Amino acid sequence: MSTDPLRTLLERAFPDATELDVVDRTGGGDHFQVVVTAPSLDGLTLVEQHRRVYDALSEPLGDGTIHELRIKTRGAT
Amino acid sequence: MSYSDTIRDVIEGSDVAIFMKGTPQFVMCGNSDRALQALRRAGAPVTAVDVLPDPQIRQELTAISGWPTIPQVFVKGELVGGADIVEELEQSGELARTLRERLGDEFASAREERAVSLG
Repeated sequence: MSTDPLRTLLERAFPDATELDVVDRTGGGDHFQVVVTAPSLDGLTLVEQHRRVYDALSEPLGDGTIHELRIKTRGAT
Repeated sequence: MSYSDTIRDVIEGSDVAIFMKGTPQFVMCGNSDRALQALRRAGAPVTAVDVLPDPQIRQELTAISGWPTIPQVFVKGELVGGADIVEELEQSGELARTLRERLGDEFASAREERAVSLG
């Protein structure tokens, strides 16, 4: 899978994102790193923030398209 | 055969529990290794469970925790996160702070690694 569909899913889940990045870590289309900075993540714990990302990517995570996912999230402040 | 009761026992009954791929002596996954190394740097007394012997272990764990990926780290029954979060918390010093708060100042003196076998 290319990074585009993942980016689309994340943009839909985080329309307020000030930073949104998806990197294919190995070039193999299954190990990804995502970075999301968004005001809607403010005040949430890291576990809650990562859950939002997992929820947004539940389909490619569930069907095995994403083999490994690294997540970096921040609120806006 | 269900693992859920044992999984809950480990989560609730351990100071620090990590569900990982492989054992602390023979780690089978880079992310499990990242989380374990961060816990070791913080001096955490770790109880480790290998999820690889049976895919059902991971399914039941995720049903309990609501967390889709491995590793999963718990402190006193509460999900702290996966490799990225544990690494981030260790680097900022917050992991050690959390361990002191929940386990008491002497947590590092109880430092040990215990492996629990399921499956």
